[in-house]
Amino acid sequence: MYLLEMNHIEKGFDGLGVLKDISLSVKEGEILSIIGPSGSGKSTLLRCATMLEKIDGGEILYLGERAAYIGENHKPVYKKGEERRKLQSYFGLVFQNFNLFPHYSVMKNIIDAPIHIQKRNREEVYQEARSLLKKMGLEEKENAYPCQLSGGQCQRVAIARALALNPKILFFDEPTSALDPELTGEVLKVIKSLADMDITMVIVTHEMNFARDISDRIIFMDQGVIAVEGTPEEVFSTEHARMKEFLGKFHQA
Amino acid sequence: MNLLEIFGQLSAGMLASIQIFVLTLIFSLPLGLLVAFGRMSKNVIVRTVIKVYISIMRGTPLMLQLMVLYFGPYFLLGIRVTNEYRFYAVIIGFALNYAAYFAEIYRGGIESMEPGQYEAAQLLGYNKSQTFFKIIMPQVFKRILPSVTNEVITLVKDTSLAFAIAYLEMFTMAKALASSQKSMLPFVAAAIFYYVFNLIVALIMEKLEKKMDYYH
Repeated sequence: MYLLEMNHIEKGFDGLGVLKDISLSVKEGEILSIIGPSGSGKSTLLRCATMLEKIDGGEILYLGERAAYIGENHKPVYKKGEERRKLQSYFGLVFQNFNLFPHYSVMKNIIDAPIHIQKRNREEVYQEARSLLKKMGLEEKENAYPCQLSGGQCQRVAIARALALNPKILFFDEPTSALDPELTGEVLKVIKSLADMDITMVIVTHEMNFARDISDRIIFMDQGVIAVEGTPEEVFSTEHARMKEFLGKFHQA
Repeated sequence: MNLLEIFGQLSAGMLASIQIFVLTLIFSLPLGLLVAFGRMSKNVIVRTVIKVYISIMRGTPLMLQLMVLYFGPYFLLGIRVTNEYRFYAVIIGFALNYAAYFAEIYRGGIESMEPGQYEAAQLLGYNKSQTFFKIIMPQVFKRILPSVTNEVITLVKDTSLAFAIAYLEMFTMAKALASSQKSMLPFVAAAIFYYVFNLIVALIMEKLEKKMDYYH
């Protein structure tokens, strides 16, 4: 069974088609990277998958359970209340600009939702948060506030915050685009370490080498459609003109 | 009469002014939040009604609003008001007026929040009220503190407007004393009172701002 299925997704803004009949699925333990030029719809696809944007067409399934579909009046139908919360707990999202809560300490950013939303045992959550911070190389920072951290550290806190809820699938929306090359490296290293832990991930990224190294499968999006899909080897050796042009620009840069 | 004696004579008025100040804040700060929600409501009727209310509160003098509240029941409806009503009219008038100002301050603060904060909260499973009270409001509070300080300082001085309906607060009494004593000293005493009152308010607000300084 697939963890996530998106079938025939359509999404437009003000009549402008951003996603055109997109279908994809993600298996447990799989790492899928989505690459492509700016404006190709990568982030919109992620925002639809995480229900930050409503779809105009198609359906979204998590663990075979229908999370969103188009109802009889052609309006999207989403689960509400408890069912919605359950679906929401299946996935986490790491944002491009972190979106940490600035008024909470690093520790509180991580533990607040597990304790107050998931109602889990306080001690257990604290212990798990500490071990997550250790994995992120931030064990010294639990009492710091986000404004005292570098961008790379903030992003690692954001990853820990998402992981603390034990999602089945973790989405990354250009996690290093707001970082300089040095900080990018430390965040990519952390994401790689998650790959070794068999966490299912869907990563929208502009880091081509990273995508090639880490992914089981890569999707190249262009103008709202999936132009190329396959293993890293297949995708990077494709004869698809647009993809070659896109990669060429990367090699030149 | 020396200044000290004048302060003694005016002490009841000072207490009355402080009472207006405190009660106005107690009622208008929460009421302002409700008004702000109404102002941002998706419901056109609610939003329009609130917009008109804010527009009138901000567009006409508070002194006039107090008079309408105090004399309105008799002139418009023929109801004879009791003496306590004078006090109620003052508090209702001030609370309604200041709620309108606070509402606009709240709205400005709430609308200045990055959408990313709501999105992060949604992804972490916070519901709407948890998102607002745990994530949004604390940050809004910090952002709007300087504007709130401004309003609170204005309120200290505005309490003197209650003299318009002859409510016995500080300024009403100082005016009466000045004319009966044919002396400027009661006005000096009044000036000192408002100035020291505001100094204390400013100090407290500054402390509060410092306390919120641990993040930005």
